[in-house]
Amino acid sequence: MIQFDQVSKRYEGGYEALSDVSFHIPRGEMRFLTGHSGAGKSTLLKLIMVMERASSGQVIVGGRNLSKLAVRHIPEVRREVGVVFQNHQLLFDRSVYDNVALPLIIAGYGHRDVGRRVRAALDKVGLLDKERKNPITLSGGEQQRVGIARAVVNKPALLLADEPTGNLDPQLSAEIMHLFEQFKQVGVTVLIASHDLALIARMPYRLLTLRKGRLITAGGADNGPE
Amino acid sequence: MAQNKLNKRRLGQLQAPAARKDVQGARRHKTGLRDRLASYRSHHRQVALDSLRRLLQRPAATLLTSLVIAIALALPVSLYIGLNNIEAVSSGWEGAARISLFLKPNVSTAQAESLRRSIAGRDGVQSAEYISPDAALVEFRASSGFGDVLDQLDSNPLPGLIVVTPREANSSAEAVTALQQLLAKLPEVDLAKLDMAWLQRLNQITELGRRLTLALGGMLAVGVLLIIGNTIKLAIESRRSEILVVKLVGGTNAFVRRPFLYTGFWYGLCGGLAAWLLVQCGLWWLREPIAELSVSYQSDFHLLGLGVIDSLMLWLFAGNLGLLGAWLVVGRELRAIEPS
Repeated sequence: MIQFDQVSKRYEGGYEALSDVSFHIPRGEMRFLTGHSGAGKSTLLKLIMVMERASSGQVIVGGRNLSKLAVRHIPEVRREVGVVFQNHQLLFDRSVYDNVALPLIIAGYGHRDVGRRVRAALDKVGLLDKERKNPITLSGGEQQRVGIARAVVNKPALLLADEPTGNLDPQLSAEIMHLFEQFKQVGVTVLIASHDLALIARMPYRLLTLRKGRLITAGGADNGPE
Repeated sequence: MAQNKLNKRRLGQLQAPAARKDVQGARRHKTGLRDRLASYRSHHRQVALDSLRRLLQRPAATLLTSLVIAIALALPVSLYIGLNNIEAVSSGWEGAARISLFLKPNVSTAQAESLRRSIAGRDGVQSAEYISPDAALVEFRASSGFGDVLDQLDSNPLPGLIVVTPREANSSAEAVTALQQLLAKLPEVDLAKLDMAWLQRLNQITELGRRLTLALGGMLAVGVLLIIGNTIKLAIESRRSEILVVKLVGGTNAFVRRPFLYTGFWYGLCGGLAAWLLVQCGLWWLREPIAELSVSYQSDFHLLGLGVIDSLMLWLFAGNLGLLGAWLVVGRELRAIEPS
């Protein structure tokens, strides 16, 4: 699903965020991406979402070579990848329902389909009763779950999360992680960037560990602990 | 190392087609073409209404922008109406071309009278009027202010005159000129003068006015483009976070652009409607004095306003001007907003 071949990313000014990173995450698997802040986690996720382009090497997601992707095809890639952002990236000028519906409206779903899918996604994250609220009135954990609902509402084959438990207490964090596991169980490939090592250690998934832009442990295509 | 890379690449190639097929299969399953079209239309409707609602939520700012646009549009439109009216008036005068036949001094009153009758009986002549030298002198004395000078002359220097009015059907410039040349060849006629020069001059002035109006209109239209462009720029800035999120979840540039294009269109249309109102107020304000003036000239002239077609054209033009103004800035502004 995700394949990195000797990927490097140098920013302007010479700072190298990723150096010669290669790994492969097969379809339907779940991985954690760890490392200190500044180790390159965010850059790696940005490469998958085509917010940045690799300086060298190849990034292949869902069979698409992102290094050669034309700008006009970027939206298609982003529609097929659900992303949960650290700072939620919710819009406070509209209801929870409208926030979650956004990817469906962009993808051109009909009115009835949108309603059905949004409610299914909100039900999944346990916020069905909050659909009319403005997300600004919700707690941090609830906002994060709205973000997850929006990421999965389009039923993407790949789900990315950038520090999804960053500001949450341990119990809420565990709940959120459990939610991601459920998506993995229905065949979604899940990649979660997190530095919450205590939480990760309790979960039976392989790690991709970055240190100063280099991958020091990598989950391969082989049978990892499931 | 190289071998390893090659293997991995091969693996990627092997997996790629299968993966791609999966994705396409999923997409086909998701939405049919008809659904997509229906959803596209409903999205357009929704965006159009939403952008209008946003404008109405800030009535003061919207009114102000619309008024600026309206004033810029009302000025050339008023000039255009003025020109139309001048043309309407002068087309009534077109048939008023007259040929003045100045008779030779030795032509007697009786000869002149019989000449008048024969000219009046010609094809293409509406009427012919004889003005004797004495009558001409009286009129000249009264209207010219040269009475004292005339008193010092021994004899009447004015020739006899026959004023020929062509038929309206024959009032085109060529027909009248042909008639003039024919009449000039008559033995009694000294000089045949066509009173059309002033009409041609008026036409030239009207043409000049038309071009000035076009130039002014063009400049003001560019002004409207800039006003709307700037307004849209501010609107984009105020919705920056929304644009970022939409781009992050896969919104195409067209999708992001759409609400701003509609906003530009609405601004233009509001400006057009306000310009129309301004012009109508102006016409209403002028109607009475013009009617009085027209009565005093015994004319049945009525001020021409904006017809239905003209009004529709004005609104359509204004709306499209707004769309264009938005389109000119939106592309550049939105490219600058990329998630990072």
